[in-house]
Amino acid sequence: MGERYLQEKHVLVVGGGIGGITAALELASCGVRVTMLEGGPSIGGRMIQLDKTFPTLDCSSCTLTPKMVEVALHPRIELMTLAKPMGIERNGKGFSVSIQKRPRFVDMKKCTACGACSGACVMKGRLSDEFNLRLSKRAAIYIPFPQAVPQKYLVDGDGCLFVSRGKCKKACVEACETRAINFDEKEEIIESYYDAIVLAPGFDLYDATEKREYGYGSLEGVMTGIEFERICSVTGPTGGEMVINGKTPKRFYFIQCVGSRDRQTGARFCSRVCCMYTAKHATIVRDRVKDAEIYVSYIDVRAYGKNYEEFYKSTQEGGTYYIRGIPGDITQGEKGLLVRVEDMLSGELREIEADLVVLATGVRPRKDTAELCNLLKVDRDEYGFIRTDSIAPSRTSTKGVFVCGMASGPKDVPDTVASGGEAASRCLEYIGEQ
Amino acid sequence: MLEQTVSRVLTCIQCGKCTGSCPESGKTPFNIRMLVRKQQFQSAIDEAIPWYCTSCGACTLRCPRDVKPSEVIIDIRSLLVEDGQIPLAVQKALENTFTQKNPWGRSRAKRAAWTENLDFEIRHVSETAEKRLLFVCCIQAYDPRCMVIPANVARILNQGGVEFGILGEEEACCGNEIRRIGEAGLVEELQEENKGNLQEYGVKEIIALSPHCMNALKKEYGDMGIKVSHYTEVVWDLINSGALAISKPFEKKVIYHDPCFLGKQNGIFDAPRNILGAIPGVTPLEFSRARETSLCCEGGGGRMFFEVETIYQRNAEVRVLEAIAKGADLIATACPFCVMTLEDPATEKGQVVRELSEILMEVL
Repeated sequence: MGERYLQEKHVLVVGGGIGGITAALELASCGVRVTMLEGGPSIGGRMIQLDKTFPTLDCSSCTLTPKMVEVALHPRIELMTLAKPMGIERNGKGFSVSIQKRPRFVDMKKCTACGACSGACVMKGRLSDEFNLRLSKRAAIYIPFPQAVPQKYLVDGDGCLFVSRGKCKKACVEACETRAINFDEKEEIIESYYDAIVLAPGFDLYDATEKREYGYGSLEGVMTGIEFERICSVTGPTGGEMVINGKTPKRFYFIQCVGSRDRQTGARFCSRVCCMYTAKHATIVRDRVKDAEIYVSYIDVRAYGKNYEEFYKSTQEGGTYYIRGIPGDITQGEKGLLVRVEDMLSGELREIEADLVVLATGVRPRKDTAELCNLLKVDRDEYGFIRTDSIAPSRTSTKGVFVCGMASGPKDVPDTVASGGEAASRCLEYIGEQ
Repeated sequence: MLEQTVSRVLTCIQCGKCTGSCPESGKTPFNIRMLVRKQQFQSAIDEAIPWYCTSCGACTLRCPRDVKPSEVIIDIRSLLVEDGQIPLAVQKALENTFTQKNPWGRSRAKRAAWTENLDFEIRHVSETAEKRLLFVCCIQAYDPRCMVIPANVARILNQGGVEFGILGEEEACCGNEIRRIGEAGLVEELQEENKGNLQEYGVKEIIALSPHCMNALKKEYGDMGIKVSHYTEVVWDLINSGALAISKPFEKKVIYHDPCFLGKQNGIFDAPRNILGAIPGVTPLEFSRARETSLCCEGGGGRMFFEVETIYQRNAEVRVLEAIAKGADLIATACPFCVMTLEDPATEKGQVVRELSEILMEVL
């Protein structure tokens, strides 16, 4: 197959996380035209929310941001944010797709991301910031995070007084020197033909409020791993300071397998990332809170990847107590949270006091994956992950539709990158067949 | 293919969630995880150990592999029952239940004695129009401390205009505790007898007074096509719909103790709290371990019928001490077993325990 032949081909990548980004860049570098759809206002996915990645402790956004920018600048990649497929019809070997594009209310050609609009917004500091898991507040016109791609502001229609109620003094419009704000912008439907589709919708995390015995949502000082990740991050709500409710915790308790390997929550599978992200969290705490007391409750530590076992060992060496035993419950004690756990290797039942308990919540298919799969008639497994061919792990039950990343099952960052490459090469194989 | 219970036990990954949840593990020689481990290999188990389990159900509700540790205990107990290697008091309770259909061995003919001082007549369920049965429970039919509860609830339902009847001396023990002691044969007999009566009299609805009876009738009798509720659910509906008016205030700080069989095992947390909340003057307080994490009073799993070693601090005492520390005027609960176990240390320490119906009788 010649490069010219591939240049006539057009692939749709659904999802702008590290999996979708990898697939898109690889396809584009082979000469294929790519359209990337991202449901949110910026690409970057879950990985861009992480402070560091295990086991190397590389800064997550330092690794990912250049790739995000590459997507934005690549001449053969068209990026559409706030967009999702609405209807998909088989058309020959390819697909006719109608894409719904929600209004941004900001002209991307004019916005310079100066931020004046956000500063002027009357809702400033009053709306929950999704990127920081609602741990901080933002305005109705905002940029999701400093490294967002595209580097453009947007209006949150639900939070904006003018969009939702039709009444606001529109201070943002006055503040914007380039007159980029356009409240007349409407939802668009775009119809297009694609030769193949790569699905990279990503994942959700287990809703820890279901585990009533751990008091998430009702006890102060119980949070999830992804929330803790934002606390650690310099772009997070505390600017990377280890401060929770105004104080630096001293006693940290990490609980693994919350909503993984768990029939009570319908997830019999291992989420594959929690053991290592917990070790990473413990290592970060050790580094930033010198006198911290750190406990990790585990069932088995699954350190299967390259340098993972070594990372686990160095976490222990740093002074983290690993307790084999999963706590029964957490309650409020007089001097902190009380974690009831059997240290089964010593046979002792302990009540350990903690200032902060971090729940290593497991992985779930994204809620909208079902809808996406129904459009494409793609099979899913009993958990809702996209079913794949065991010998071609990006191939789905529908010809010409490929998948990468967590959508087909739990994967860490290196495995997701590998799966993005695998999806790109299967896709090339498909569109290259003559 | 292995027998289902055997393979279920083999899937235990020894994560310790059960031990961390258990109200007995740690303070007593009982270790639920260890017993499951021993059961995997059919290793010898000290015959005194399985009797500590209170059947609170926390282990089974939380076990990630669905091993059902509290059911494993029942399996172990049933082998001991078969071999006759059981505490004398347990033996006695089983014999009593066999002969008099109640574990205390009180005369079956006196099962409706609690109705004697009522100023209205309670009919046999067969004579009612709506075929709604008030299931009384053994301890509330006979124990002098608890006999007041059915009488109270009968008055409350009467006042709320709810038609109901009873089975009187035909009511047999529900078998909830007997099943947890491990005497499956006797449970079957009790169930057959009760089911026969329910069917014969065309019972359409059961209001259970004890959460233990409610649990058995709801979950362990098979599908009878009969709606089973706890009386607090019915009473809350009456208050909420305006059919039952609260006329007096109750100026007390009340701390509510969730019974395991009502709360964690059957998800009824709000009805009793709603009732308390509807009484003017009540300041509701909460235990640090409330709702799903409520600390078991140690009255379940047959523990009402025999004493285990008393060298360990009773959970009831932990509860009473917290209630006092929080400044509660009284502990309210909605289970006869909880009333009995809590009242013991409470009386000693000058704390008051009230079954919800007792509070209601003061305000209606």
